[in-house]
Amino acid sequence: MKGHSPTSPLSIHALTVAYQRKRVLWDVDLDIPAGAIIGIIGPNGAGKSTLLKACLGLVTAASGQVSVFGKPLSDDPTRVGYVPQRESVDWDFPVTVLDVVLMGTYGRLGWLRRPGRRERDAAHAALETLGMSAFSHRQIGQLSGGQQQRVFLARALAQDASLYLMDEPFASVDAATEQAILTVLRRLRDEGRTAVVVHHDLESAREYFDWVVLLNTRVIAAGPAQEVLTHDRLRETYGGRLALLDEAAQRLQGAQGG
Amino acid sequence: MFGLDHNTQVVAAAAAMTGAAAGIAGSLLTLRKRALLGDALGHATLPGIALAYIASVWLGGSGREPVVLMLGAALGGLAGLASLALIRRLARVSDDAAMAIVLGSFFGLGTALLTLIQSSPSGHAAGLATLVTGHAASMVTDDAVIAAGVALVCMAVVGMLSKELSLLCFDEGFAQTLGRRTKVLDAVVLLVATCVVVAGLRSVGLVLIVALLIIPAAAARLVVDRFVPMLSVAAIVGALSGVIGTLVSASAPDLPAGACIVLAAAALFGIAAVCAPRNGVIARVRGAMP
Repeated sequence: MKGHSPTSPLSIHALTVAYQRKRVLWDVDLDIPAGAIIGIIGPNGAGKSTLLKACLGLVTAASGQVSVFGKPLSDDPTRVGYVPQRESVDWDFPVTVLDVVLMGTYGRLGWLRRPGRRERDAAHAALETLGMSAFSHRQIGQLSGGQQQRVFLARALAQDASLYLMDEPFASVDAATEQAILTVLRRLRDEGRTAVVVHHDLESAREYFDWVVLLNTRVIAAGPAQEVLTHDRLRETYGGRLALLDEAAQRLQGAQGG
Repeated sequence: MFGLDHNTQVVAAAAAMTGAAAGIAGSLLTLRKRALLGDALGHATLPGIALAYIASVWLGGSGREPVVLMLGAALGGLAGLASLALIRRLARVSDDAAMAIVLGSFFGLGTALLTLIQSSPSGHAAGLATLVTGHAASMVTDDAVIAAGVALVCMAVVGMLSKELSLLCFDEGFAQTLGRRTKVLDAVVLLVATCVVVAGLRSVGLVLIVALLIIPAAAARLVVDRFVPMLSVAAIVGALSGVIGTLVSASAPDLPAGACIVLAAAALFGIAAVCAPRNGVIARVRGAMP
């Protein structure tokens, strides 16, 4: 096994995942830097969500190791916070906004202890950060898509984790939510925490992320955003999808010029 | 109480407890998107009951010991669940098809075994057939006490684990990332459901038990918007259905209790669907008006 940094928040070695013999991730090697906002970017079906899920143990890897701060995740799950895709749950479920955010504190509580004052305070603070305090007693189905996404972010904040894995938090949200999420990400970074964010929009990538992983089944490139988001690397990542690529590349070039 | 004879009181109390537990278990199944599992579970108890009868008679018993029959029913139900898991793993069939395969084949096996028992020289298994559609009047105090006890234990377990169960039902993946063993929690849900089905055999019967699992849960969801309140309201609706159904069935000869209980639940659901504060027909019509 290659020597991986024990201080890296997330260290992935030779990770391969397959669904029914189809390779989804192949031989992924990554050392995620601490205190940064990291974007995972690639085309549809590139295995971005699967990478997060494999790191969290939600899908079984065919081979490879994942360590969080030098240890297997199961040693201390409370160090990692997960923001799943919004579509992954039923928003008609009978819970209020506050109930969902409180779930972020369950990791530290264990099976039988109930949330108390401390947990409630943490949940309210998280809702405040995302501008959702006024909605805390609403049933979650009565929220807009962007507000639902903010509830998921608030739940993650209530976890008080050191490493966050977020699956498409920017997908189809309104401008206010986009700003709220960005503010949260930057605050997490300033507090020395690390956020790994699956993202699909090339245009905003350079603005959002300090560090970028280009993924298409395997890692095409990983490093500081400026170095990685180049025309050649993107061509390699997006392969044959030239129309899309050229359009995106042009916009990128435009952004560089401006 | 209400000038009722002792037996009706016992039956009503047991049906109330069973209904309450069914409301809670049904809420969990519904929120876990496994509402129809109760149906497969109910039908799968029949071969277990028949085999328990055969085993009891073979060992010199009467074949009617409530504990033996309930144990057989529970084992039958669990075997049904195990077959379901096996079919899903081995064969490429959809969940609802797998459910139909298990439900049909277990019920078929049970029916065949019952016929064999009835045609055998020692067999007078009329009592067993009543478990299919329920026959509360045939309940003896033992049945009622066991049913009530099982229901109480189920409610206590769910109450203790309510926080974990809400986490499981709402967001299984997130629960796993918190280090929760969701398979253990799912096993708790299925065990509770199995116990409720078994507790409801005498009063509701194995065919209709799925209705007592799902209808109170559906009514409760219309009335309240939070997890523990939904389980509580479902328990109340289930208990009311049990009492009303038993009393109605006792008022006329040969009215089957199981059917009356389920119809009472359906009536309560109808009231909730019309009158519920936010989701009811009246509230929505009013909301739509300028």
